[in-house]
Amino acid sequence: MAKTAVKKSERSIEELTYEEALVELEQIVEVLEGEQNPLEESMKLFERGQALVRQCGALLESAQLKVQKLVGDSMVGFEEDSE
Amino acid sequence: MQPTLFSSVHLTVSQLTFHIRKQLEDDPTLQDVWVDGEISNLSKPASGHIYFTLKDKNASLRCVIWKLDAARLRVNLQDGMAVEVHGRITVYEPQGQYQLIVNLVQPKGEGRLYQEYMRLKSMLEAEGLFDSERKRSIPERPQTIGVVTSATGAALRDMLNTLRRRLPLARVILAASPVQGVEAPPALVNALVSLNKQNPDVILLARGGGSIEDLWAFNDERVVRAVADSKTPIICGVGHETDFTLCDFAADLRAPTPTAAAELATQTTIDDLRAQLDYYTARLTDLTSNLLAEQKAGLSALASRLKYVSPERRIQSEYQHLDELSRRAFSAMNHRIQLQASRVDGMSKRLQSLNPEGVLSRGYAIITRKDDGRVVGKVSDAGGEMKVRVSDGEFDVNRKP
Repeated sequence: MAKTAVKKSERSIEELTYEEALVELEQIVEVLEGEQNPLEESMKLFERGQALVRQCGALLESAQLKVQKLVGDSMVGFEEDSE
Repeated sequence: MQPTLFSSVHLTVSQLTFHIRKQLEDDPTLQDVWVDGEISNLSKPASGHIYFTLKDKNASLRCVIWKLDAARLRVNLQDGMAVEVHGRITVYEPQGQYQLIVNLVQPKGEGRLYQEYMRLKSMLEAEGLFDSERKRSIPERPQTIGVVTSATGAALRDMLNTLRRRLPLARVILAASPVQGVEAPPALVNALVSLNKQNPDVILLARGGGSIEDLWAFNDERVVRAVADSKTPIICGVGHETDFTLCDFAADLRAPTPTAAAELATQTTIDDLRAQLDYYTARLTDLTSNLLAEQKAGLSALASRLKYVSPERRIQSEYQHLDELSRRAFSAMNHRIQLQASRVDGMSKRLQSLNPEGVLSRGYAIITRKDDGRVVGKVSDAGGEMKVRVSDGEFDVNRKP
């Protein structure tokens, strides 16, 4: 099976959504498991993978359910009634 | 004329009570009767029987539902509930109390509504609105969750709490709508339509528990059709566990309660995501260690081979060779010297034996002519003055003519 190139985002990691970061991370692990890579490229991929893991972790820990209310066709912030 | 009403005859309490009981039980109207009223003094003891008082403005009626019928009830009885009950009258003699033994309870007006429900259900089912092939699967990890419910009320609060707990990464869009009353059906339709325009990954349609009338909006044909037409998959969580509205049948997934609907929408929870991330972290770590270990092993092997062919080794080897050679040379030289030494020694000894001085000590003399120094070896050599050398000295001689 030919070595698949990772669609490495050139965007900084902070800009990625959780979904995007996770997809890239999955790709990186897949490529590394293929074991056909030169050492230097592998190390670069590892570093990127570690950074993605950190970013995903940060997103998970800081996540707060975002709730908006639909008024007509536009969204407004929603405050729950405290009952 | 009632034979038991002779004034001169006195009855016991038991007899009178029994008579009353018989009167009531012989009356067909009272043995198969539907009664409408409001529940009060509801009691559900451990025995499994249910006791309550059915009342209206002016009167009240003691009721009992025996265990077996109580277990079969479709309705969850509550104080204040307006109901229609069916049963028969009897008298509980020990207390002199007449009571209605109830075998069927339905919420007030339910009969009518229920018929309408059944009619609509068959019609829409025939159209194929409830077919299982139409039902779509719910995305495992929705990023945007739409919610249609009342903005106030426990259903929304419970759902938001559940979503917050299970998947805080998600985004919620609320399309608020009244969920009962005449204004509810058009508002619900409107909410579903506008929410679909925002393309969420799933929509939760929910309402807390209530009577069939309270939930009626979710049996409204307009709302059911809007649910069937929704582009986005819908999870319907209306009422209690046992409530089935037509929206439940039309939805892609039915949940017993609003909270359950929120749970079904979040099959992948934040805990699952954490576990998945841990897995990838572990994979990365393993792969790194493996790769480094491989490289190390490779390098190690190379280093060994290198060492084997290195100049250093050759130099060592040469030194060793040299040492060997010089040792051999030395040894050979030594040997030759030894040989020479013994030859010389041999010669020396031989020489020693040929030494004239040695001869002298044996009594021989060496005579030499004084005039020309010739050694006198023959008689003819002798003449003139001669020197005689013996072992310990010399003296002169002359030859007698």
